[in-house]
Formats: sequence, structure tokens, C-alpha cells
Amino acid sequence: MFGELIRQKSFGVSLAVFLVLLLAPSFLPRFYIYLLAVIFVTALLAMSLNLCVGHGMLFQFHHGVFYGVGAYTAGLLLAKTSIPWWMAFVAGPLAAAFAGLLIGLFCIRLNKLYFGMLQISLGSLIWAIAFRWYGLTGGDDGIHGIPIPDFIASTTGSYYFVLIVLGICLFLMYLILKSPFGSTLQAIRDNPERCAAVGIHVRHHQLKTIVIATFFGGVAGVLFVVVEGSIFPDLLFWVLSLEIFIMCLLGGWFTFAGPILGAAIIVSLRTFVGTYTEYWTLILGVILILLIFFLPEGIMGYNYRQLFRSRTKYAHDSQME
Amino acid sequence: MEGGQTITLAALSITLLVGLSRAMILFIVTSGLSFVLGVLRVPNVAHGSLYMIGAFAAYSISALFGSGSVGFWLALIFAPLVVALISLIAERSLFCHLYEREHLMLLLFTFALMLILGDLTKIVWGADYRSIMPPSLLQGFVTIFDSPFPKYNLFLLIIGPLVAIGLWLFSTKTKMGKIARAAAVDMEMVGAIGINVSWVFAFAFVLGCLLAGLGGALVSPTISVTLGMDHDIIIEAFLIVTIGGLGNMWGALVGSLIFGITQSFGVLLWPQFAIVFPYLAVVIILTLKPTGLLKSVW
Repeated sequence: MFGELIRQKSFGVSLAVFLVLLLAPSFLPRFYIYLLAVIFVTALLAMSLNLCVGHGMLFQFHHGVFYGVGAYTAGLLLAKTSIPWWMAFVAGPLAAAFAGLLIGLFCIRLNKLYFGMLQISLGSLIWAIAFRWYGLTGGDDGIHGIPIPDFIASTTGSYYFVLIVLGICLFLMYLILKSPFGSTLQAIRDNPERCAAVGIHVRHHQLKTIVIATFFGGVAGVLFVVVEGSIFPDLLFWVLSLEIFIMCLLGGWFTFAGPILGAAIIVSLRTFVGTYTEYWTLILGVILILLIFFLPEGIMGYNYRQLFRSRTKYAHDSQME
Repeated sequence: MEGGQTITLAALSITLLVGLSRAMILFIVTSGLSFVLGVLRVPNVAHGSLYMIGAFAAYSISALFGSGSVGFWLALIFAPLVVALISLIAERSLFCHLYEREHLMLLLFTFALMLILGDLTKIVWGADYRSIMPPSLLQGFVTIFDSPFPKYNLFLLIIGPLVAIGLWLFSTKTKMGKIARAAAVDMEMVGAIGINVSWVFAFAFVLGCLLAGLGGALVSPTISVTLGMDHDIIIEAFLIVTIGGLGNMWGALVGSLIFGITQSFGVLLWPQFAIVFPYLAVVIILTLKPTGLLKSVW
């Protein structure tokens, strides 16, 4: 598996990109380093969502909740208890994965849109709790100024931490997708009936995928706390979930690295357009419409079209694609 | 319930009535969403934005006529029409060119529309809170079970069933309604017998959005009209159509009743976490009946 990985051209490219990014703090201004760190966090979040959406065809409509659970767990442990920082950092993703397991157990029995709707409902429950439980979570205001360990508290420190964690997570995701587990998952996406017929337990497999994806979502949440030093209920709100869904679609959801591209585009747009006008969502909407009309392949990527042709029949049958 | 307070029968009845009147608003909004879902098969994410625009338009129209009773009634008529006009423009200029494309593109388009309409509302009306007075006829309270109950909510309790009956008559008795119902079941067949499918879609979309606008106009005297009300309503509306059965108008009614009543009883039982109750109800229903309570047209 590793030999195959190293022979690939994309491996060399990603290694080069990684090296350039490692050197970036020495020649980029501080603001761009911060922006890159935010892009990395969002990219990891979008990548984790894409495990479900792109590779598993699960309509994970409220992935932001797991990001928020990871961030809230780590943030609250850092701000309100005196346990070592690394335990808080590990607890975040574990709590997210546990929430993913609980919510997944309910949702997994439903199909497509119903799956997504039940998830939105269960996710909104968690959001409502974070939003209303002033005593613990700070309610609407959230918690700001969370103590971050010294070595990653600076912009550069947090940048390196986020970059390295992102690199490790992407590598792990790549291994997972290339493993028999990942291949089975993609087989289920393409033809669940046949997979069930050859003896694959479809629901178990999808549930495992959700737990893995929510774990990585939780990692992204912890990284958010590292970069921003604060938590607030918008992290769990469904608008954010929809936004990361769009990132996956924008970058190409049947490609491995597509969501990274989508996250980079949307985060940069929000930052740069946001400095000129307060109406950046208007511009995002216009760009989205332009993409839909003139560059659908830019949204989906060439691979999607290839896949879609072979899937047209199923798409018609199930009426949801 | 803290402090050994007991809940009286009167309090229960009032809570039920408040929940019912909330359910009527929810029903008017979600019946529109459900109609679009049924015919176009697209979850219209922009539906909540149109509801918000309906409320803002109602404010402006009633302010134009001196915020009196006349202004209110005119707002109730014209605000939904403004919303219908906006949706007609969006549909004919852009949306109708996407009907041949994948469904995901339609969903993305409605999302883009939500982003655009949200910011346009901000540009036109600003981020302030607005409020509208109900007409003098509907101001004040009536006494039910020895407790005060707002007259305006009573008015909502009358309007809701009227809209339901109107929709039912429309979809079963008129030609257009029958075509729309047929289109929901088999679009290709409707096209094959020589009906212009694109216009059926346009009609369904505009009618659905009109109902969103009507809901917005009706709700405006009971809440403060502000940005962000689109986000709140759209999730509730999606959940309601899901528990009711996608595209089923009576399902929207049943879902709205469940949502509205659990919400108001939540306020009675545990005010701080009142918003949790309707979501819990949705979880329980979807766990027991994964495809919704009534038959979905999908």
C-alpha cells in the first residue's frame, strides 16, 4: 500500500505543498498565517464530512454538531477544569465520536433525506442545549479566552500544530479510504443492494463510517479552539453544516482532496470579500449561481460526471440525487 | 413547577390554544414547502427567507398606510403577493432553466437564493427590530377559562383551518390543482399528455412561496420582525414536512400541530429548555415511523 502511495504523482505534489506550508511562517505576514490555519481547520472539517457524503453517500446534513461537540468538550475542559491540556485535546474527538455513534444509531435506519432530517433534529437538540445552558456553556455568548498551552498559543505555534495534525489526519483518511474498509464503503455507495447481497452488513459499515467521520470532525473542533481560543453556539448551528456541505460539493465530493479546495475557496472568499462589504453571503450566493449555470463541472469535478452517468438510473429511481 | 405549583386545567387549556395558534402559522408556511416538495421534489431552502420577506413586507405596507387597521388588512393581502412576485421572477429568470439538471443543482440553487434573499433583506430593511400592531378589532384579550387569551391568536385559529380547506378545495376541485397533484405522482406522464410542465412547476413554486409570504405576514404582529427569523423557521418547517410525510398537505397539518403543541407545553413545563421538546417529538416519531406519519408522495 505504501509503495503504491509513494509512486503516485499526487503524493509528490502533496509532499511539496506540505513542505512549502511548513516554511510559510518565515515569509508570510501574520494575518495570512492565521488565515491559513483557519483554512486548515475548515478543510479538515470538510474532509471529515466528505467521508460520509462523498465516499459513503450518507446525507450527513448536520455535521457541524460534531465539530461543535469536539470544540465544546475541549474548550470546557480547558476553561473549567485543571486536567492536562492533552487530555482535553483527546477528549474532544472522543466525545464527538460518541455523539456520532449515538446519533448514528438513530439515523442509520433511515434513508437519504429522512436520514438527514433526523440528524438535523437530533443535532438541533444538542445545539439547543449548548444555546440554553448558560451555567455550563455560557449560552449565546459562548466562552472566550480559553487558556491554550503556551507552546501553541502564538499564531505561528498554533499554525504548526494545526498543520501537523491536519497532515496526520489526511494521511489517516487516505489510508482508511484505500483500505478494504474504504473500498467496501465506496462499493456500498455505488450499489447498496448488491453489497448486501454479497454479505456486507451495510448499516454496520455506514455506522462505523459515521463514527470515524465524527471523530475527525471532533479533531477539527479541537483545532478550532486552538486557533480561536473561544467557543460559541454557532459552531453547532445548521447553517455552518450546510456551508461545509457546500464546500464538499464545490471542491468535488467524489475526489479525495476536493473538500480542501472547497474549504479554501469559501474561507478565503469570506475573509477577503468580508473586508470590503458586509454583504458577503450575497456575493457567495451569486457565485454559487454562476457556478451552477456555467461551471457545474467546476463544482462537481470531472469524476462526478463520470460517476453520475453510470448512476443515472438509480438516481431516477430514488428521486433524491 | 418549582415551588410546588400545580398546573390547573385552565392553564393547560390556554397552553393548548397557544400551541394550536402557533401550529396554524407553522401549517401555513409548511404547507407551501410541502407543496413545492411534492411537485418539484426540491427541498426549497429559500422558503424561510420568503417567509421573512413576507413579514418585512407586511411591516412596510402597513407603515405605508399609517400602521392602522386598513394598513394591516392591506398588508395581509399584498405582502404575500410581493413574495409571490419575487419568487416568480427568481423562478422564470433562473430556476426554470435548471429543471433538466440533477436535483442536487436545484437544491444548491435554492440555497444560493436563501443567501441572496437574506442579504437583500438586510440591504432593504436593515438589521433593526420591527413590530406591527394588529388591527384594533383584534387587539386585546378575550377570557377563556378565566384566563386572558389574545384575540389575534383566536384570529389565527380561524385563518389556519380556512387555508387548509382552501388548499384542499384547490387540489381536489380545480383543474390546476389536479394537474399539480398528477405532476407530483408522475411528471413525465403529465408532460406526455401535452401539459406545459415548466409552467406547472412555476405555478407550484409561486403558490408555495405565496404561502410562505402569507405565513410571514400573519406572524408579524405576534413577534418582533428581524433578520434571522428565516433560519429559525426553515429548520422547523423541514422537520414538520418530514414527520408528516414529504409532500403530503395533511401531513404538514399533523406535523405542525405536533410541533406547535409540544412547543407550548415545553414552555409550560420547562421554560429554559422549551425548544428541546419539539425536536424530541421529531426524534421519537422518526424512530417509530421512519418515513413520517402520513403517506409521502415521493
